[in-house]
Amino acid sequence: MSTAATRGHVEITNVRKSFGGTEVLKGVSLTVPPGGVAVIVGPSGSGKSTLLRTINHLEKVDGGYITIDGQLVGYQVRGNKLHELREKDILKQRTDIGMVFQNFNLFPHLTALENVTEAPVVALHRNKAEARKRALELLDRVGLKDRADAYPRQLSGGQQQRVAIARALALDPKILLFDEPTSALDPELVNEVLDVIRELATSGTTLIIVTHEMGFARDVADTVVFMDEGQIVEQGSPQEIFANPREPRTRSFFSKVIEPAFNI
Amino acid sequence: MSSAATTVAQSAQQSAPEPAPASAVAKSPTAATAQGAAARPAAEDAAARRAADYSGYKLVPARHPWRWVGTVVVALGVVAVAWSLATNPRWEWGMVAQWFTAQSVVNGLVETLKLTAISGALGFVLGFILALMRLSASPLLLSVSWTFSWIFRSTPLLVQMLLWYNLGYLYEKISLGIPFTDIRFFEVQTTTLISQFAAAVLGLTLNQAAYSAEIIRGGILSVDQGQLEAAAALGIPAWRRSTRIVLPQAMRAILPTAFNEIIGLVKGTSIVYVLAYSELFYTVQVIYNRTQQVLPLLLVATLWYVAITSVLSVFQYYIERHYSKGAVRNLPLTPLQKARKFFATHAPVNFDRANLDRAKDAR
Repeated sequence: MSTAATRGHVEITNVRKSFGGTEVLKGVSLTVPPGGVAVIVGPSGSGKSTLLRTINHLEKVDGGYITIDGQLVGYQVRGNKLHELREKDILKQRTDIGMVFQNFNLFPHLTALENVTEAPVVALHRNKAEARKRALELLDRVGLKDRADAYPRQLSGGQQQRVAIARALALDPKILLFDEPTSALDPELVNEVLDVIRELATSGTTLIIVTHEMGFARDVADTVVFMDEGQIVEQGSPQEIFANPREPRTRSFFSKVIEPAFNI
Repeated sequence: MSSAATTVAQSAQQSAPEPAPASAVAKSPTAATAQGAAARPAAEDAAARRAADYSGYKLVPARHPWRWVGTVVVALGVVAVAWSLATNPRWEWGMVAQWFTAQSVVNGLVETLKLTAISGALGFVLGFILALMRLSASPLLLSVSWTFSWIFRSTPLLVQMLLWYNLGYLYEKISLGIPFTDIRFFEVQTTTLISQFAAAVLGLTLNQAAYSAEIIRGGILSVDQGQLEAAAALGIPAWRRSTRIVLPQAMRAILPTAFNEIIGLVKGTSIVYVLAYSELFYTVQVIYNRTQQVLPLLLVATLWYVAITSVLSVFQYYIERHYSKGAVRNLPLTPLQKARKFFATHAPVNFDRANLDRAKDAR
């Protein structure tokens, strides 16, 4: 699958998280090896997106911990306590973890190119000309070199999401997180984004993807993770999970989301 | 599909000449072929409707007679007002022109501009800090900011002005030292520190800060939370997030109201006449109290206020345009660009390079 990937080992251990009185993550543990592609599926409100957001500390955990290549995310050990890192150090850790959002969250007042060059220049202190050159390469890779000077509002949803992927790649992350990258897109634009992600899946970067595109999950995943009510119900290879789910909850979910699609 | 065609054909059979089903048949030829005989009359009808050729006709836009009536009435009103302004000798335009650029009036104008610029700038800087405090997670910062806005928005500016000017009555001396000891680094009589100018700037600034804090806070709140998240996920530091990502987007919401405030401030400075501070309005008052030419001098002040506001409005247009980058698909043309385009497309002679060169060659 991957080209001798050695970085981007994600280890999530017993992570808990509550919003108000509701526990949305009830002790989740998951391992994604370097270069692995994990696809998280499950019903709305099952905690998929929250889990994804804990991986780059956009969401603070209430219990448990996450490590990337053995290094704690968002915390450091002092005595027998885990102290939260200072903002500056958290930001530094985040440059290893790219994130692509459901609503793209491109900066609308900056051009596609400026969106991609902003973080490398500011967060990694790369030289401007170099960052620009690399950004153009990345925009070329997602098929948008000729739209480098367009503002996000001048681009289609699919194009915006591809710029957002290029923006995430500009930091050369070990890990890429995708939070329902195609949910806000028109059906006809979904594939242009999925094709880009498919290409990334073979590049050796660790990918963790939350999606509702079951066909895509089957194609691209090493591991499919099924979550429900804040817990991982079942995980395994796409063949195991889609063809032969063991848990009744998994079976009933897939019977609702997959079969109607084949009946058309 | 097939069921729809049947219904259409059936209704066509029942009442062929009715226009609605006939046009439906014309749109879907399959219906006609599906039930050939039954649909034929309807199809012929549709063919008859299609035939006529209007390609030789000229298009005539609809006329709007009432619009013309309205235009004429308003135009007459405008002419009447202009006529009376020009011909009524009591406006004393000659006097207005004479005083318009008088040295004392210009001095007053400079003072007005100075007050506006200083209290506007300081007010917005302080307002920005107050807005950040108000959005902070610290309950103390939040409540201090809230209380500041509450107090300064609830007291009349006139009262604030007089209070600052009479601060010497409340506190005779102002000093900087270590509290509860006799050590003083610096001590000064309040009345020497608070001049008319200082009281005016203090009053206008603090009042302006209270209002601009709310304007800036509103602008910041209008920026989508996802923008901050994306910036944080990219490792962009907090200060840069505010200045590069949030503020430029917030500016779109801030600018129209901010210019309202600054234009309000230009005229609001006239309130410092209570401190006998010789800005534009006070100067004009002093003059007409002496010469008794009340209206012409008020006109002088008015015209200057209009002039300042006009200049500010032009600034507003271009600054807003700058910050609308990315918020609209394509920037609208500026009036200047529009004018250029107009002359480029309507000019009788086309003064482009090629034409000039050709003219030179001909010579």
